Amino acid sequence: MMKGRILGLVVILVWGIIRLPIETRIAAQQKANRFGGFKLTATLRQQAGQAGFIAVLGGLRAAVADLLWIRAHVAWQKTQWGKMKLLFDVCTSLQPRRVMFWDNAAWHMAWNASVHALNDKAHVPEPVERWRNQQQYFKLGEDYMLRGIENNPDSWELYDRLGWFYRDKIGDKLKSALAYEEASKRPGRLDYVRRQAAIQLSEVPGREEEAFRKLLALYNEGEKEWLPTLLKKIQLLERKLKIPQNERVYIPPEDRLPPE
Amino acid sequence: MHFQGVTASLPSPRDASAASAHKLFSFRRTGAIAGNTFRDLVRQKVFYFMIVFALILIGMSLFLVTLSFQGQLQTLMDVSLGAMSVFSMFLAILSTAMLLPKDMEDRTLYTILAKPVARFEYLLGKLCGVAAMLTVAMVLMTAFFSAVLFVWQERELARIEAEHPVAEAAQAEAAGKAQPGVSADLAQKRDLELKKLREMTFTPTLFGGIAVILLRAMIVAGLTLMVSAFSTSWLFTVIVTFMVVLIGFLVPVARDVWQGQAGIGNELPGYLKLFLAGVTVFCPDMQIFNVVDDIAAGAVVSSQMFMQTAALGFGYLAVYVFAAYLFFAWREL
Repeated sequence: MMKGRILGLVVILVWGIIRLPIETRIAAQQKANRFGGFKLTATLRQQAGQAGFIAVLGGLRAAVADLLWIRAHVAWQKTQWGKMKLLFDVCTSLQPRRVMFWDNAAWHMAWNASVHALNDKAHVPEPVERWRNQQQYFKLGEDYMLRGIENNPDSWELYDRLGWFYRDKIGDKLKSALAYEEASKRPGRLDYVRRQAAIQLSEVPGREEEAFRKLLALYNEGEKEWLPTLLKKIQLLERKLKIPQNERVYIPPEDRLPPE
Repeated sequence: MHFQGVTASLPSPRDASAASAHKLFSFRRTGAIAGNTFRDLVRQKVFYFMIVFALILIGMSLFLVTLSFQGQLQTLMDVSLGAMSVFSMFLAILSTAMLLPKDMEDRTLYTILAKPVARFEYLLGKLCGVAAMLTVAMVLMTAFFSAVLFVWQERELARIEAEHPVAEAAQAEAAGKAQPGVSADLAQKRDLELKKLREMTFTPTLFGGIAVILLRAMIVAGLTLMVSAFSTSWLFTVIVTFMVVLIGFLVPVARDVWQGQAGIGNELPGYLKLFLAGVTVFCPDMQIFNVVDDIAAGAVVSSQMFMQTAALGFGYLAVYVFAAYLFFAWREL
């Protein structure tokens, strides 16, 4: 009997040695394809509880992430921003491939929590402190978007969200234009991101010529791109860049700006 | 004449000896044991209990979907696939752990092994029976999951169509009540949503992921059979297998740290490195077969990756059956 046990253990040991390079290679391939990129963290252990942690280990990672996401939603209804942040951290570390987690976590922090922080006079009477808190939530939102992009580099949605954030929350038109530009290079993107990339760039001092070229390229794609904002930006840049009248593009009468 | 006919129908002495010669391995004998094992397992209540429980959980995902405020279809898939994943493993462990002790208790084992049946054939037959039962269970769960997913997908498609009234937008555009290009943008957005929805539901990758769940359950069954081959009680088998499977999910972490890939490997003391090496070498890497979570999140798995995973899985099965045989061959019954 002992002989059998020893032989059996030897077989398992040899198999372990043989499969080690194979598994290392497959694991590396999976990592390269961004599979199983989740991280087991102390926050996860705290938020998921012991049962949840074991469920994560036992193959219920995605389901646990969904349940914690529902808890985050409940926390939002109670405006518990700190708890939400912890839960978002866990959800995004459990399922880093879910774009929706990153996108919504960023939106909650940069839009909802930041506005709440700026208006929270009851708890923070000092306007400077409220402003500082708002900036911190902006930072958290930006961080979710950037980490989301790191984990999902093919997602145009996250770049789109980032462009929106830089445009509306930070007021950095250049960063916004660059984010929209990146979104426009990703598969499945909607057409407006290309327009936004050009429109935001048109408002960056010193980049007018580049923006004008982009807007013109869109204009030349045909009437489907002759949208009011695009036509308005083209006219403004023509004036700013002092384009001669005879070189200016045709603008339908209803979209023409009043004369200078 | 009569004698001639009988003589003609009798096999020659050489043929007769060839027919009666005992083969070391026979697919027929293994198949017979597998068939009996399958029948035995299907008759057991635990099979129905587990299947019904899994189906209830898949059905429960519909309730969870209503709680989730976004990505409902994703929640449905996550919970259902998670249920299939966990229950297939439970089913594999519980049904396999009881096979050998039950045959010993019933004395069936002694009757079988007293006949010209090799112990290897017996073990392989048992594993094949469990594999057949797991396949049937997985087909049932997949069919139920597909039905639920189809109903929910149709609902989502209708919702997307309703939320993107392209025809109305085009009419408003023509009447000058909407900005030009609105209907085109809306149509593009709708098509994108529909495409995304279709790409995340009934795809070859999803069913490939389910096949990997089945393969993992079979590996777990093989592991259970191996433990069962030297253990003396089914409870011991169940506990040990559960532990090994659970540790198996942490093997990538152990391997990375042991190989120094996690950035702390060099600072580890020798005994810890030895421990991590032991875990990596002796426990199966269950995470490699845990692809379904990422598939549910929309990741696409290449056929090459599927093939590699399948080859590795069959390697595990072969080794576990062989090790089980070695443990069992010298065992005093």
